[in-house]
Amino acid sequence: MWVISHCRWPWRLERRAKPSIAMRLASSPLAAVATVATGFLALSALGTDPIAAFKVFFIEPVSSMYGIGELLLKATPLMLCALGLAPGYRANVWNIGSEGQFTIGAISGSGIALYSGAAATHWAIPAMLVAGVVGGMAWAAIPAFLRSHFRTSEIFVSLMLVYIAQLLLSYLVHGPWRDPAGLNFPQSPPLPDSVLLGPLFDGMRVNVGFVIALALAGLSWWFGGATAAGYRMRVSGLAPAAAAYAGISERRNIWLAMLIGGGAAGVAGICEVAGPIGMLQPSISPGYGFAAIIVAFVGRLHPLGIVLASLLMSALYLGGESAQVELQLPSSVSGLFQGALLFFLLAAELLIHFRVRRTRRTPAHVPAANT
Amino acid sequence: MSADAAPARLVLRGISKRYASVVANDGIDLQVTAGQIHALLGENGAGKTTLMKIVYGVTQPDAGSIEWEGNPVDIRSPAQARRLGIGMVFQHFALFETLTVAENIALALDERVDAVELATRIDQVSQRYGLPIDPRRLLHGMSVGERQRVEIVRCLLQSPRLLILDEPTSVLTPQAVQGLFRTLRRLAEEGLSILYISHKLDEIRELCDVATILRNGRVSGSAIPRQESNASLARMMVGTELKECRLQAREPGPSQLELINLSLPTEDPFGTTLRQINLRVRSGEIVGIAGISGNGQKELQAAISGETLCPLRGSVRLCGQQAGRLTPAPRRELGLRFVPEERLGRGAVPEMNLADNCVLTGAGAGLVRHGLVQHRAARAFARATIAQFAVKCDGELAPAESLSGGNLQKFIVGREIRLAPKVMLIAQPTWGVDVGASLLIRQALIDLRDAGAAVLVISEELDELFAICDRLAVLAAGRLSACVPTAELALETVGVWMTGAFDAAALAASPDYVGH
Repeated sequence: MWVISHCRWPWRLERRAKPSIAMRLASSPLAAVATVATGFLALSALGTDPIAAFKVFFIEPVSSMYGIGELLLKATPLMLCALGLAPGYRANVWNIGSEGQFTIGAISGSGIALYSGAAATHWAIPAMLVAGVVGGMAWAAIPAFLRSHFRTSEIFVSLMLVYIAQLLLSYLVHGPWRDPAGLNFPQSPPLPDSVLLGPLFDGMRVNVGFVIALALAGLSWWFGGATAAGYRMRVSGLAPAAAAYAGISERRNIWLAMLIGGGAAGVAGICEVAGPIGMLQPSISPGYGFAAIIVAFVGRLHPLGIVLASLLMSALYLGGESAQVELQLPSSVSGLFQGALLFFLLAAELLIHFRVRRTRRTPAHVPAANT
Repeated sequence: MSADAAPARLVLRGISKRYASVVANDGIDLQVTAGQIHALLGENGAGKTTLMKIVYGVTQPDAGSIEWEGNPVDIRSPAQARRLGIGMVFQHFALFETLTVAENIALALDERVDAVELATRIDQVSQRYGLPIDPRRLLHGMSVGERQRVEIVRCLLQSPRLLILDEPTSVLTPQAVQGLFRTLRRLAEEGLSILYISHKLDEIRELCDVATILRNGRVSGSAIPRQESNASLARMMVGTELKECRLQAREPGPSQLELINLSLPTEDPFGTTLRQINLRVRSGEIVGIAGISGNGQKELQAAISGETLCPLRGSVRLCGQQAGRLTPAPRRELGLRFVPEERLGRGAVPEMNLADNCVLTGAGAGLVRHGLVQHRAARAFARATIAQFAVKCDGELAPAESLSGGNLQKFIVGREIRLAPKVMLIAQPTWGVDVGASLLIRQALIDLRDAGAAVLVISEELDELFAICDRLAVLAAGRLSACVPTAELALETVGVWMTGAFDAAALAASPDYVGH
């Protein structure tokens, strides 16, 4: 603690007696403001008029109904993945492999559509969604099993499985599932129209996945607050020793957390392929599964916060795209915004438990040692 | 007094420190002269620790002034305090297990010192003041008493003129306490001033020249301890008369908790292996386990609570069932309740409110139904606990971390008692708890015993064990001594046993001993 107090900096951090409720509410907006300010500087440095760039970045993408539909469409996988990750993160189970579970969910869901072909009728969509959930869960079960039986780190295992999942997808679309009529492009045949998730409203591309995501948000709220399983996961995250004392099974928490995360990511994957993409191709996600980690934390691991944070993150994606098209800015600008947002969010979180105080200027009177 | 001739070593005037919700220090005056052993006496929460943190520069006062050897000073960091000549031995030592004594001390010194020279200096200081330590030894094999010596030697190497000791005897055997006192008297004779923080009245009367007594952040009196009685000091400390707990003789019932040849290798490289432990706790009796923490207390608790599973099913019997391979939840269903020594973080989740903290162990008492948390029942349960055990808090929705240590302990003990234990395991029941709350907790344990529960108390406080236990055993280096009726046991014997010197013959004669 007194490492901080040693330095000669005129400001110092002091632990608050109680976490500040005001800062708890203000920290996310504060981080958003700081992110925008950073963007302002970065865009100015690139020689772009920041005001015009902000207009292109934040206003134009959502100035039409179609744009709002796109906002919700892009928010859907982020929301689903992040909602799946949050209960685990609250329980100190660190699933980093949402992206991989998303990919496997997409593969297994599309598999049903591709193999049933023309026979796919009204039963096919629910079956695909279920297959997506099961696929994602199965992929997440691997790190869960290794962690609970061999104490491997679920962080590394789930992360490495992302690349395996992506290579599996690549193998499928280059090999056995490649569209014979696809002019040798690495992609599967298009999914039959009967199994595509149609738009919720005319003129927008957002599909039923968004409704599933909102329902999952409600379910997740209920799970965290009302169920004993949610309670046990919260205890494990807040105070592992208390969890051991109470006899809460770590193994059960790990399995539950990984399966929830995998299932949610899996359904996001199939909704993406059966929605806007319409077929399997080597890349089906611009990194939704990883961005969802940021979304989960920006949303303070709370369902409502995650819903809002996924909309914000989706706006950053859309803004980045339109900035690329209209201002010829590099696509990494949206990555810059994402990174800055996470950075400022973690920095602002410090202020919940600490406050900045000015140290007194009066010099200390230090008598000589031998007087 | 010669205070007029030379300025006093340390003078505090009107020191006040306010935290968000409490006034920790309120206009405290204190004067320590050269060579004086000055006791700072007070209950937990009286403001002793805050005051010492101010003197040592860890925190700054909101108001008041500090004078060091006649000069006004503003102590802004521990490093500055050390430069002035103030040393502090903390209650919990910040030492690295994997380093040697000399390496640990080198890390803590403000200047760089040559390793060979440092070892020589350590040897000199330790010989001069009767603090035998070997600078080349690794920390992890050392007892708590030895570690304390390392801390004291570390302070002495910087030739301080004021040494602050925070509850230094809470971890020592009676014999080690006497050794420490000899060292402290010798240091005082050489002119070192000592600020001695404690709530143990006997020790203060034996050792200290002057005592300043704090209550609720204010100075409530000062005294020459040798001229006072325990009762008169306690009155200044607490503000009211105290009554003693009384244990009525009672015939115990059937055995409810049995440890049979329990041996448990530890997974923690610095833990203690339990060896051949035999113990029986019967319904309607309180059995105490004395001994210094670190002698297997943690491991024994975990083995009984189920946090660590025993290799054999039969090593632990709970209410007639073999329980050695059961996890904590099924053991709780058999009737075991457990109050661990760490309240915050183990006995309670700091960030959760008191009602939610009841759900931690209260699932069997209707606080969880059909997989759903019964929030209303949990709140009612918490309210009843707060009322029955006079817990001071902002209601059942106050977070556990907002309670003082003593009040949280009352709450946790109350929660477990209201869950109707058949067997109650409680570790360090009154550690850091004020005198009034200690009394309430001890009485609650006696009531529990009188109601027919089997109670096992693991504690370092010998006074407490002698006050409330029917029978007493000592845990030393992972072995348990014979369990002897408290009335037949001398304090000195316990002191000897705490060093591990209890013979196998006495063990074998014990009624709890099962043999191989």
